[in-house]
Order: sequence, then structure tokens, then C-alpha cells
Amino acid sequence: MSLPQDLIQAFGVEVNDQGIPYVPKDRLPDLARALKEKGFRFFVFVTAVDYREYLELVYLIRNLDTLEEAFFKVKIQDGETVPTLSTLYEGANWHEREVYDLFGVTFEGHPDLRRILLPEDWEGHPLRKDYPMDTPHPPYR
Amino acid sequence: MGVTREKVNSPLEDLFDVVERWPGGGLVIAPLEKLLAWGTKSSLWPLTFGLACCAIEMMATFASRFDMDRFGVVMMPSPRRTDVMIIAGTVTVKMAPRIRRLYEQMPHPKYVIAMGSCAISGDHYRHVYSVVPGVDRVIPVDVYVPGCPPSPEALMEGIMALQKKIMQETERKK
Repeated sequence: MSLPQDLIQAFGVEVNDQGIPYVPKDRLPDLARALKEKGFRFFVFVTAVDYREYLELVYLIRNLDTLEEAFFKVKIQDGETVPTLSTLYEGANWHEREVYDLFGVTFEGHPDLRRILLPEDWEGHPLRKDYPMDTPHPPYR
Repeated sequence: MGVTREKVNSPLEDLFDVVERWPGGGLVIAPLEKLLAWGTKSSLWPLTFGLACCAIEMMATFASRFDMDRFGVVMMPSPRRTDVMIIAGTVTVKMAPRIRRLYEQMPHPKYVIAMGSCAISGDHYRHVYSVVPGVDRVIPVDVYVPGCPPSPEALMEGIMALQKKIMQETERKK
């Protein structure tokens, strides 16, 4: 679970001591394009982790012919936007909407960035660490 | 039966005469309310409505091994034909208005069974942002069936408790 070696060198990817590649935010669309050219056509997921000081986006893209996996993370500061991959991968559309819904990450260039799971009038993004537990939601909660 | 009765012209006495001459015939005289309650409790039709994993156990209760048909309990696909709503699973904030709407569509008399810890109190999802801590915040509940999930026997016990409650309601009114 990593990235192809030539892409790590070409896109300035930092690999940490656990072997996890961190992609610079502004190189993300180029890297995804290069991956797609290599045959990584199946977008498995994008999700996010809130570490309080920063957020991490976790990507997994699969090559269905060779069964290789491209796994990488993108580190962003709170309030930063990320370039969307939904113009490149159709499957990224709803995943990015989910990350927006629950973590409040804005994907730049997304065609239809609105809530997907929660009701449209929901306030806040509940999977963030600063979302208080037992937040009331009248009239039923 | 077997008691000879003098012929009177009251219609009820005529009826007695006719029925008692039938082989195996007999009459029961009861308050109308009680008869209606007896009819209600013997044909409790629940709404086909499952919210989470408790619905699997509810399906097992209605399938051949436990066979709720013998209590007159038959699943109905429309709220307008039902008497009882079994809340089987976690109630979410998004689902609560829909539950309210379905409950309002049911004709009177209507009853609600909260099946499982999630429907009763939210259980371990109680503090989750999207979960209603107990369905009794949305609609009134008649019988609580605890368990995670309750076994089919427990749900049957709950339905029998509801039947008992329906019969007791008529007694309390007197």
C-alpha cells in the first residue's frame, strides 16, 4: 500500500517512517492524472481524519488489471481547500461530498458540493473533534 | 342449556331459544367495549417497518419457526391498515419525522412497541450526533422489549403483554 516509486520521485512525495506517502496538496490533481494514465482507474475512497492541529485526507485508488493499490495521504490545515478529483474520477464525487458533509473540507472545483448524508439544514460537521458530544438537535434530540 | 324456559315474547328470549336448540350452541353476553378489545388484541396487525438489526430478529419472529400468525399477528404493508407499530432499531434524527408521519397515518386504536435497547434509550449510540435517545421522544410507546437484539421469544412476550394491556384498558374504563 503505497505509490509507484517513479511517482514518489516525480511529485515530491514525502514518505514517513511508517512508509506512508504524503502528497503535497497542489500536486494532487497531477498525481491523480499520472496514476490514471498508469491504469489506476478505480477510485476506492477518500476519507478524512481530524488530528485537531490539522486534517489528513486519505486516498485509495486501485488498478483493477494488476490489482496494485495507490494509497496516499494529503495533509491540510483547518480551513484550507483541496483540489477535487471528481472531474477525473466520477466515483470521487459522492466521497468528496461525504467528506465535506462530515468534516467540512471544501473541494475546489467540485461540480455539486452539498451535504449527502445529513439533512440539508444541519449545522456543523459532526465528525470533527471540535463538534461537541450530545449536541442537541431539536425537537427530537 | 337443558333448563326449560317459559315462552316470553322478548326478542332476546327468542334468540336464546333458537341458539340453545342448536347442537353446541351457546350465547356469550359481554360489554361491547370488551368484545371490541378482544377483536383488536386477536388481530394485531403490525406495520412492516424495520430500522436496523432488530428488524432481522423481528423477521425471524414472523417466519415459520416462531410463526406469529397463530396470535393473529400479520404484517401489513400500509400504515392505514395497521394497529401496532414495532420500532425495531436505532431511531435517527433524520428518520424521526418519517416515523412521526407513519404513526399519524395509522388509524385508531394504535399501539407502539419499542423493540431493543436502541429504540428504548439509544443504547450505546445514545451520544452519537444523529441518534434520537429513545423513540418515546417521537411517539408514545406502549410496550418496551429490552435486548440487543431481543430474541423472538422476547418479542412474542412483548406482543402478548400488549394484548394483555388492551384487555386491561377496557376494565380500567369502567
